[in-house]
Amino acid sequence: MAKDVLKKVPVREQDPKVRAANFEEVCLGYNQEEAMEEAARCIKCKKNAQCMTGCPVSINIPAFIGEVEKGNFKEAAEIIARSSALPAVCGRVCPQESQCEGKCIRGKKGEPISIGKLERFVADWSRENGFVPAAPEKTNGKKVAVIGAGPAGLTCAGDLAKLGYEVTIFEALHEPGGVLTYGIPEFRLPKQTVVKTEIENVRKLGVKIETNVIIGKSVTIDELMDQEGFQAVFIGSGAGLPKFMGIPGENANGVFSANEFLTRNNLMKAFRDDYDTPISRGKKVVVVGGGNVAMDAARTALRLGAETHIVYRRSEAELPARVEEVHHAKEEGIIFDLLTNPVEILTDDNGWVKGVVVRKMELGEPDASGRRRPVEVPGSDFEIEADTVIMSLGTSPNPLISSTTEGLEVNKWKCITADEKGKTSREGVFAGGDAVTGAATVILAMEAGKTGAKSIHEYLSK
Amino acid sequence: MYRILKAECLAEKIYLMEVEAPRVAKACQPGEFVIVKIDEVGERIPLTVCDYDREKGTVTIVFQIVGASTLRMAALQAGDAFQDFVGPLGNPSDFVSEDLEELAKKKYLFVAGGVGAAPVYPQVKWMKEHGIDVDVVMGSKTKDLLILENEMRQVAGNLYITTDDGSYGAHGMVTAVVEDLVTEQKNHYDVCVAIGPVIMMKFTSLLTKKLGIPTIVSMNPIMVDGTGMCGACRLTVGDEVKFACVDGPEFDGHLVNFDEAMKRQQMYRTQEGRAMLKAQEGASHHGGCGHCGGDE
Repeated sequence: MAKDVLKKVPVREQDPKVRAANFEEVCLGYNQEEAMEEAARCIKCKKNAQCMTGCPVSINIPAFIGEVEKGNFKEAAEIIARSSALPAVCGRVCPQESQCEGKCIRGKKGEPISIGKLERFVADWSRENGFVPAAPEKTNGKKVAVIGAGPAGLTCAGDLAKLGYEVTIFEALHEPGGVLTYGIPEFRLPKQTVVKTEIENVRKLGVKIETNVIIGKSVTIDELMDQEGFQAVFIGSGAGLPKFMGIPGENANGVFSANEFLTRNNLMKAFRDDYDTPISRGKKVVVVGGGNVAMDAARTALRLGAETHIVYRRSEAELPARVEEVHHAKEEGIIFDLLTNPVEILTDDNGWVKGVVVRKMELGEPDASGRRRPVEVPGSDFEIEADTVIMSLGTSPNPLISSTTEGLEVNKWKCITADEKGKTSREGVFAGGDAVTGAATVILAMEAGKTGAKSIHEYLSK
Repeated sequence: MYRILKAECLAEKIYLMEVEAPRVAKACQPGEFVIVKIDEVGERIPLTVCDYDREKGTVTIVFQIVGASTLRMAALQAGDAFQDFVGPLGNPSDFVSEDLEELAKKKYLFVAGGVGAAPVYPQVKWMKEHGIDVDVVMGSKTKDLLILENEMRQVAGNLYITTDDGSYGAHGMVTAVVEDLVTEQKNHYDVCVAIGPVIMMKFTSLLTKKLGIPTIVSMNPIMVDGTGMCGACRLTVGDEVKFACVDGPEFDGHLVNFDEAMKRQQMYRTQEGRAMLKAQEGASHHGGCGHCGGDE
């Protein structure tokens, strides 16, 4: 059968009905033949490759795809490793449709190259074939501290280690990985195979990771620099405190932040019977919000056995989640209650959730974000029965570091102030990722980690 | 790994352990807490710091068996280790940062209920080390459940002991002792610090409100990360929602919504009970195990 060059080679996925009841990965990825076939669709733009301008960490995309087409997977992995420390992660969770693939010239007529799936294929091939990026031969003796072992911190640390720095990452939780470990669920990002391996690869570059250290509490930035000999610090401490709506009944039993629900399930592995941490499984779950985190929470609740609703105050077009996530959620049976906003959580005599009062909304004029503003429809309140409510409304910055580091400026939203090079108001202290921007994506945090590493290198080379 | 130097059973289901954790020992202050995790599958358990030795690099914790993880922790011996031990978390008690001269002018009353003696102890010890004598009321259900009496005696000014069943010290609740100290013995207190079961902190706070004594309580709600990330520990203080981990754990006892806090503590009660029964490997579930909610 003649191949349709305008279409992506389809990627195999677990059947929606089957996967709705397990935590195995949804997307099965390409095999070698499929990857080479997809790579052959790429026209390998020689100059001005648009995909590269769309990649926050500027991977040489046409070059690595060229090697995949020839079956030179190790060479492809080496090209990616020059720009990214976490390719198996990025191939899975980057919003490619608005980055590399969104710019792909093939996409002007037909479907763009499946760059994300190819990156994932190369990364998975590397892991399965034991390819590990090479560590530098000797260090330059300069010590750098990185705060937070999430995407920003791991990227920054990896890049600095390649340049010869002695890097220690300090992680507050008992496991490194940040949002890759506590936030994104197993079915999108397998922990043991993908996340652990990529963190291990960063360690193999010579990076030390000290877990259970809360900077600002266990030790301060000043102590790290004055007493422990660190010459520069990168803060990649992540997003922070979950937001709630401030509506009646929100402290009832059965109301959780998405952070709590996902942390119990992903970091503490509450979905497994052999782990001690409990989770409220729920029979009917309402998830409030429309972002990727809301989709993750809803799809987790579904897998734990609940009928799950997404309640979102705007319409489908405004959902901030990736199209792929929304599509997967629908396939699995998540019910979307759009243009609907909770106004009260109802409780029983024991303080448990028994329902949510919601109000219908309609879209008005566009607001500052360019999205049409939701307006309440008077007299439209109705009740949704529920025993669990998960609030997925974003986060506000954690004050632990800014409040214990003198001279570290924050902006009016309490995010750490840093310029485009990641420089903060404190000499030798750099920052990036959600701690600076507020909640964003894995790849943007990685870009900030890269920028931070470059700036620290410039600063310490003076 | 965080090595255990000393492990001791203080009373039925109550254990004390001295753990090597140099970073925590160097940084911690009275009022703060730590989170421990026994092994890969264990829960993260928040525990208030009971004592610390900065030279030795150790922190002492006291815990009660309430679920599967604490049941397994109870079996640990000197020489064993916790996989994870993180802290200090939360904020130090307010008096730690107060001007010492001003502080010395105030009369403090500490009220410890049950295992609450553990977090009260380092506060009273800190006061003693700074030359301030405070009054301490310690209460427990019965004589055998009273913990840290000798330690407390060495650092307290006046120590008053009471048991619910009258088996030791006065007969009755801590609130009766506090009321007696103020109304009968005409003692004046500027600040009361009450730490123990939520119900005990609730009734102590109701009493001190009536008596006009500003009161601080230490809340120990359900937590996961303990750094502000999950919001499981939220509670209502006045008309605001606070996170015990980053805003507390100490709050104005006259403003805390204790009833809501008690309901929230019950959230995983049956699930924890089930997990613990499984951990007991076949031990049959006799009535009143104390952990299935039957005693609440």
